[in-house]
Amino acid sequence: MADAPPTTSDTPSEDQNLSPIARFLRGTEIDTRLLGMIGALMLIWFGFHFYGVLVNGEGFFLTPRNLWNLSVQTSSIGIMATGMVLVIVTRNIDLSVGALVGVTAMVMGILQVEILPQYLGLGHGAIWIVTVIVGMTLGACIGAFHGWLIAYRGIPAFIVTLGGLLIWRGSAFLAAGGKTISPVDPTFALLGGGPYGAIGATGSWIVGILACAGVMWLLYSGRKNRRHHDFKLRPMWAETFLGALGCGVILGAVLLVNAYPWPRGIIKQYAAKNNIEVPAEGMFISHGFAIPVLILIVVGILMTILMTRTRFGRYVFAIGGNPEAAALAGINTRWMVLKIFALMGMLAGLAGVVASARLNSATNALGLLDELYVIAAAVIGGTSLAGGVGTIYGAILGALVMQSLQSGMVLIGFDTAIQQIVVGMVLVFAVYLDNLYRSKSK
Amino acid sequence: MSNTGTPLVEMRNFSISFGGIKAVDHVTVDLHAGEVVGLLGHNGAGKSTLIKCLSGAYQADAGEVFINGEKVEIKNPRDARAQNIETIYQTLALADNLDAASNLFLGRELVNSMGFVDESKMEAETRKIMHRLNPNFQKFNVPVSALSGGQRQSVAIARAVYFNAKILIMDEPTAALGPQETQMVAELIEELKKQGLGIFLIEHDIHNVMKLCDRASVMKNGKLVGTVNVDEVTDEEILGMIILGKPSAKAA
Repeated sequence: MADAPPTTSDTPSEDQNLSPIARFLRGTEIDTRLLGMIGALMLIWFGFHFYGVLVNGEGFFLTPRNLWNLSVQTSSIGIMATGMVLVIVTRNIDLSVGALVGVTAMVMGILQVEILPQYLGLGHGAIWIVTVIVGMTLGACIGAFHGWLIAYRGIPAFIVTLGGLLIWRGSAFLAAGGKTISPVDPTFALLGGGPYGAIGATGSWIVGILACAGVMWLLYSGRKNRRHHDFKLRPMWAETFLGALGCGVILGAVLLVNAYPWPRGIIKQYAAKNNIEVPAEGMFISHGFAIPVLILIVVGILMTILMTRTRFGRYVFAIGGNPEAAALAGINTRWMVLKIFALMGMLAGLAGVVASARLNSATNALGLLDELYVIAAAVIGGTSLAGGVGTIYGAILGALVMQSLQSGMVLIGFDTAIQQIVVGMVLVFAVYLDNLYRSKSK
Repeated sequence: MSNTGTPLVEMRNFSISFGGIKAVDHVTVDLHAGEVVGLLGHNGAGKSTLIKCLSGAYQADAGEVFINGEKVEIKNPRDARAQNIETIYQTLALADNLDAASNLFLGRELVNSMGFVDESKMEAETRKIMHRLNPNFQKFNVPVSALSGGQRQSVAIARAVYFNAKILIMDEPTAALGPQETQMVAELIEELKKQGLGIFLIEHDIHNVMKLCDRASVMKNGKLVGTVNVDEVTDEEILGMIILGKPSAKAA
């Protein structure tokens, strides 16, 4: 960059003067925010584990079993958090997502337990498909209606969705007369995880290897693309490091989920059903990745593509950065807002699938206070409430942080009141840290 | 400057009011290819409102637009862009959180065969046009909020120029610029004029008007005071029109 004006201080030609850490970060182009979040997550994980070791004599946090459960518990919040990013980036808010989980789960519960078996027969293979489609469509319709009120009728999103929170929670109660609908369709229940709702050791290896191939392909095609346009390339050591890191994390996750065996009771049941002799020393059948976790990962990938590779995503960021400029650039901002809320509603419907499948029932309390966890996840994940800034992976990590705190406190025996206090303080503190980070990086 | 023949743009009898106040009141202006028409007047005279009707940002209550003699409907910014009307707004209308390339192609992103946004190609194109407009510009990978006023201006100008505008609307393009950058904009206007573009220029600095414009349309309180050929009047006469709202004897 010899032609850079001498007054510019941040040209890459000054690489030599940087500390090794700064040079490493610049070479790999790793987001420092991401590092901060992973650091916070590790702090929480090790903190809870060693608290357990010190106080109870045994740490339960960093065990395959707990981490596997943690991944399942994160799924429904994580799925919604990806949608909340779009809502918050466009300077809106959606307080109704928890109630949407409740109402979609309740409608799906009634549909698959009371209505569909009459027409299709109990346990028919299509029940779960129809149910999921209806649930997600219902969520999308409600979301679109919220979006219409916000974009075309000018009612603030805060009010529309606050009203929605009450209305849909009440509707869910009325739909089943306050009853709990249970048990759900057995195939549907697999979408919530559990020993049968996981893909096993072999399946997990396949997923892991495909994911590693994906990482390699991303790095390769990114490099090819940069070379094609004569942009600055990442140094080779940085590419190698990123590839190794990505594959290492993926394979580590595979090893972890495969290290968590089915409980003895399930194995006995399974063996009896399939006429297998259980050896005296027991059988080791791995869980592997849980289906809801895979759903979250797929949603995360699709939403990342949507946000970074499509016009739709561009417009979301543009509206968040400067709504007036977006409109002047010919973007139909109202229609965009409607679509964003519809998407949020659809994801809430999907979260309703995962949450009710996991409980094997649709209850009145399903999704209660989820809106706060979802918003907190997005905000902790770096989505700015001022709009215009946010990432999908950040929101998913944020959901993992929230869920880690929550289940960590349960593990070490904090009661609900203390849990709430801690979660509240963490949220406020995280936003404060974020402000500090942003004002420094400016 | 020949003002004969069919104008490139004619805005006929435009009116728009906000809450009972007539911001633009039966104003007719026209613009020929290869011509710069200055729109002058005090703050609140209705200049920006008038051109926002042409760029599709506002919907006029009454008025017709003719482009090359044909009546066209401009209901939103997309319609205006479809007519090759590009606008550089006074506020620049940039999304501060996006980089130069994203702003330049906002609403008209380049996509690859799969329908995905082709970020690298957009950046490459942006580098090309910025190299022509502002060779010192280097900050391609930062949000435009990190750019100086002049750099931001050049992004906004690049956006208008890149898409082969035939009609360019510039709302105080030099207001935020230093002398050197103002000179750059002046040279650019001359060059675009030579290429046959028609330019509406809203400008407060009377010296720039005298230097850059072929004709000047003066507005006061939403009404058109008159249109004059700039080389037939003195700057005092134009100032008189702006301040007193009286048409010059030499009105074209």
